[in-house]
Amino acid sequence: MLRDITLGQYFPGNTIVHRLDPRTKLALTVCYMVALFAARTWSGYAFMLAVLISAVAASRINGKTLLKSLKPILFIIIFTVVLNVFFTAGDDVLAHFWIFKITKQGLVGAAQMMLRLTMLIAGTFLLTYTTSPLALTDGIESILKPLAKIHFPAHVLAMMMSIALRFIPTLIEETDKIMSAQKARGADFESGGLVKRAKALLPILVPLFVSAFRRADELAEAMESRCYRGGEGRTRMKTLVMRPRDWVALAAGAAVISAVYALFRRLP
Amino acid sequence: MPAVQAENISYVYSAGTPFERPALRGVSFACEKGEYVGIIGHTGSGKSTFVQQLNGLLTPSEGRVLVGGVDIRSSKAALREARFRVGLVFQFPEYQLFEETVYRDISFGPRNMGLPADEIDERVREAAVFAGLSEAELGKSPFELSGGQKRRAAIAGVIAMRPEVLILDEPTAGLDPAGRDSLLANIDGYRDRQGAAVIIVTHSMEEAARRADRLVVFMDGLVALEGTPSEVFRHAAALREMGLALPAAAQIAGKLKARGVPLPDGLYTSAALRDALVGLLGGSYAS
Repeated sequence: MLRDITLGQYFPGNTIVHRLDPRTKLALTVCYMVALFAARTWSGYAFMLAVLISAVAASRINGKTLLKSLKPILFIIIFTVVLNVFFTAGDDVLAHFWIFKITKQGLVGAAQMMLRLTMLIAGTFLLTYTTSPLALTDGIESILKPLAKIHFPAHVLAMMMSIALRFIPTLIEETDKIMSAQKARGADFESGGLVKRAKALLPILVPLFVSAFRRADELAEAMESRCYRGGEGRTRMKTLVMRPRDWVALAAGAAVISAVYALFRRLP
Repeated sequence: MPAVQAENISYVYSAGTPFERPALRGVSFACEKGEYVGIIGHTGSGKSTFVQQLNGLLTPSEGRVLVGGVDIRSSKAALREARFRVGLVFQFPEYQLFEETVYRDISFGPRNMGLPADEIDERVREAAVFAGLSEAELGKSPFELSGGQKRRAAIAGVIAMRPEVLILDEPTAGLDPAGRDSLLANIDGYRDRQGAAVIIVTHSMEEAARRADRLVVFMDGLVALEGTPSEVFRHAAALREMGLALPAAAQIAGKLKARGVPLPDGLYTSAALRDALVGLLGGSYAS
């Protein structure tokens, strides 16, 4: 079922990870990514894995759910691994056929790339799993606010993002419903060649677009009738406040980066 | 042999995720040819989930569904056959119209059945008559029709498959009283002509009371009450507990009886109540 897709979904909770300021979490995610790419040794990867696991444990997100969410990007991971295995130059050749050479460096590189990608995506999923879309866009708006001086439309961007995020599950549900209705009339989405399957999508896309426009219209009207006039002078019910725990978390993030640079930077 | 039969169906939404939620917990149901069944229940009671089991749109986690005595999961062909024999009209079906013309939209089902062109044409025209759509409207884009006409066109798309069991999920939601009455009359017409069974999912006790031979009341994924309307409406207290109210006529009859008016039991449609009251007032009312 479409609705079982967990990509970018928020799992409400009340752990320390959930309660952190979204700006802190965004910054920590960036720290995590930087550290992950700076780590170059196996012990470095082990260290980053430990960081990830402790963050997941602190957020009380089910590890299985996190692993399941990696499914959609499995293809990209496999693709990267295959490229790395076959096309890494090196002198320690293990096997050789036609134009391909498998080297020890290639295998090691592929394994590290796989680890890195998996951990990268799992880490960013942790952000969206523990931060509601609204908090996330509030955080982004607040971070981008200084750019308003150079006429960067931070509020508009954040509003667009929050609307888009808000409507992803709605549109998925709608697609599901339309598909069911057409299936009830004998539409077949599962068999036939590529052309036949692409044609079978038409009965879904037309009503989906029509309803998306209808929803957009209704939303615009609802926003106007509540006097929405853009970001200028708009106040918030929930203002973002950096608390001591946020500063502690940021310090920890900085510590992780420094540790990685100090200990695990050695090139292989 | 029942036209459609469900044996001990259970279903869980989003199984294996933190959003796991049981929707059906062991429901058995059978519907004979020509029967008119009303399915009622509070929002979230599992009634919409249940009807999607009957034509195999959802796969039960436990139990099985038989259409014409055949297990719909026994083969791919059986499942496809079941989709055509059990026609399901969703809530707000007008949002699923997609073709360039109403005619082509109605013919979508028959075309998927692989029927010959002349039979498709015959069925589309027949379904259009049932839905009260004129020849001119058949050539229009479905998006040019009014709300009520769109709904009829969408229902005609299912009727054109000539299902033996026609299931409608809240077919009258959002229609005005006149639109509602004529739509229900169209559905009655289809049933009479085709000898088909009709299953209506509804919130409206009035609708359920007026049309259905049998009522099935859902509560928390289970069948809480089942029987003829008069049997079901006898359990006024139980229904109230489930967040369902008796039809207005039954409520009025109950209050009159409580004040000592000698009315008989089982008055739940306004027509029956009117006749009973006229009967009581007798000569004095007539004069």
